[in-house]
Amino acid sequence: MGWLPDPVERLLEIALVGELTVVRSDGRPITHPLIPLYDGERILMHSSTLFSRKLEHIKRDPHVSVSLSDPIALNGMYGRATIQGTARVIEDDPHAQWERLILDLWRKKEPVIDAFLKMRVALPLFFERAVIEITPERCLFWADGDTGHAPEVMVAPRAVVA
Amino acid sequence: MPGVEAGQLARLATYPFVVISWVDDAGYPVSVATAFAVDQAAGTVSLTGPVGDAVAVPTDREVNVLGSHIRPTPGQGYDERRYLQLWGRAAAVVSGRIAFTPAQAWGWDEAEIPFFEYSERSVPQSRRYLAQLSEEQGRTVRPRLSLGWLLLRTTRLPFLSATLVPVLLGIAVAARHGDFNWWLALVTILGASFAHLGINVSNDIFDTLSGADEANVNPTQFSGGSRVLIYDLLTLRQLVALDLGLFGGAAAIGLYLVWATASQTLLLIGVAGIVLGIAYTAPPVKLVYRGLGEIAVAIGFGPIMVLGAYAVQTGSLSWEASVASLPVAILVALILYVNEIPDRVGDAAAGKRTLPVRLSADVVTGIYLVLALAAFVAVGAGVAGGLLPIPALIALAAIPLVFRVYRGIRQNYGRPYALMASMGVNINLHLYVGGLLLVGYLIAIIVAAFT
Repeated sequence: MGWLPDPVERLLEIALVGELTVVRSDGRPITHPLIPLYDGERILMHSSTLFSRKLEHIKRDPHVSVSLSDPIALNGMYGRATIQGTARVIEDDPHAQWERLILDLWRKKEPVIDAFLKMRVALPLFFERAVIEITPERCLFWADGDTGHAPEVMVAPRAVVA
Repeated sequence: MPGVEAGQLARLATYPFVVISWVDDAGYPVSVATAFAVDQAAGTVSLTGPVGDAVAVPTDREVNVLGSHIRPTPGQGYDERRYLQLWGRAAAVVSGRIAFTPAQAWGWDEAEIPFFEYSERSVPQSRRYLAQLSEEQGRTVRPRLSLGWLLLRTTRLPFLSATLVPVLLGIAVAARHGDFNWWLALVTILGASFAHLGINVSNDIFDTLSGADEANVNPTQFSGGSRVLIYDLLTLRQLVALDLGLFGGAAAIGLYLVWATASQTLLLIGVAGIVLGIAYTAPPVKLVYRGLGEIAVAIGFGPIMVLGAYAVQTGSLSWEASVASLPVAILVALILYVNEIPDRVGDAAAGKRTLPVRLSADVVTGIYLVLALAAFVAVGAGVAGGLLPIPALIALAAIPLVFRVYRGIRQNYGRPYALMASMGVNINLHLYVGGLLLVGYLIAIIVAAFT
């Protein structure tokens, strides 16, 4: 089981959009809005090969952060969180592997994915995808959503990071 | 480093909050949402947070500020997607606020670049990524589709209605004259379908090789080719093999029909069809590149298909079949004509001088209206001249569709994706007119049988 506090896990389970920040080759950060999924231990995001620069960045530097910040994407919940961690790109078979790994979680959060998948023939490259598996290592949490004061800071147990 | 345009800051100001990101001393990115205000005159952004040692914004390295609006609509997906990223330096906190001076900007707004176009522009990135992945894994990693979807996409199977309509019409005219052989009718449909799908595939091959399809970043359901080569779903060798198979099948069936009917007329029609099909996109003739594609399609999917199907049944030609072919000839040419409207930028870049490339929007839409109405005039004149049966007038019921398409292409001429609905109605116009003509012939045959 994961070590993230319950309110942060709830945000992860609800969020329809989160911000994934990765490190570019020039050392600068770049942030991508994506749908975060959570399996109870790791955060799972995913990317089409069409928009795969972020995957290249992660493969070169696996340090990432995930921000849960938009109350609209959080169904009105007002907490905010930033989770830092290490990411791994799972890309052995971009055609089908992501379906086996995350489709059930994606479907649970946003059932419309099934309707989009039926249109795979219309946009085949969009559904060639890699999974970004993130192991949380540090969490910043603002229970009231106000980042104008210092966050609670929580760090993963040593075993998780190792 | 150059600053960002004032317009970018004005755009940022429209977002309800921003996410500021930086890379901390341990090498991890940190990203935190915060309220902000834009000072356009100073070219800076004032951030109210974040606060605390754990999220102290560094001033010795570049930071990223993201404004993002992606509206989740549960059960439907997302809309109003737009985001803007700015990179620059944050200055020391003054009066509890952080001053950020952006130096570089990048973003996307689907109101300006629709998602499908954004995706299409990203195809080279997908190909680069998969090529790199193949190198890393020591095996070829390519995008895939199931065989059924791949064949449907590659051959553009749904466009087969353009063949079924004229072939069935030719058979119907022959049946009204008392000639109908169901076996030969079935074989004719099969052969004509092979020829049509072969033409579709060869059109793709030449449009990809010429760069026309790659230059087109606004493909739609009805235009822009199958893109199986551009997406690397098939190799050129595989596509050529499929094309040869389809043309081979068409040629074999054509020869069988010539043998079965002993009709030299059919042989001539078949040869004319093959020559026209190859000359459509293949060099050196490349009719479609010279603004003659519509005429080639009108002849091929009009008189050649109708008279060919008629000749299979009767061994000869007829004025009635020729006149019956006119409305479907005009309307099938107009399918190509309208589908070329969203392709015109890519076509122009590849030197493909189609009519929408050559002519202004007003002229293109005007020609559409005149020609579409001419198809119905042909039906009326054919009936008035005694060549077509009176029930064929039922086809006039489809006239309102002409005006729907005309209004649609006038309103959405420059908006490829908004044009898709009109393109669909335009394809249906050909299908409905052909179908109604068939119904008219069926009525005429039944009435004749009972009188």
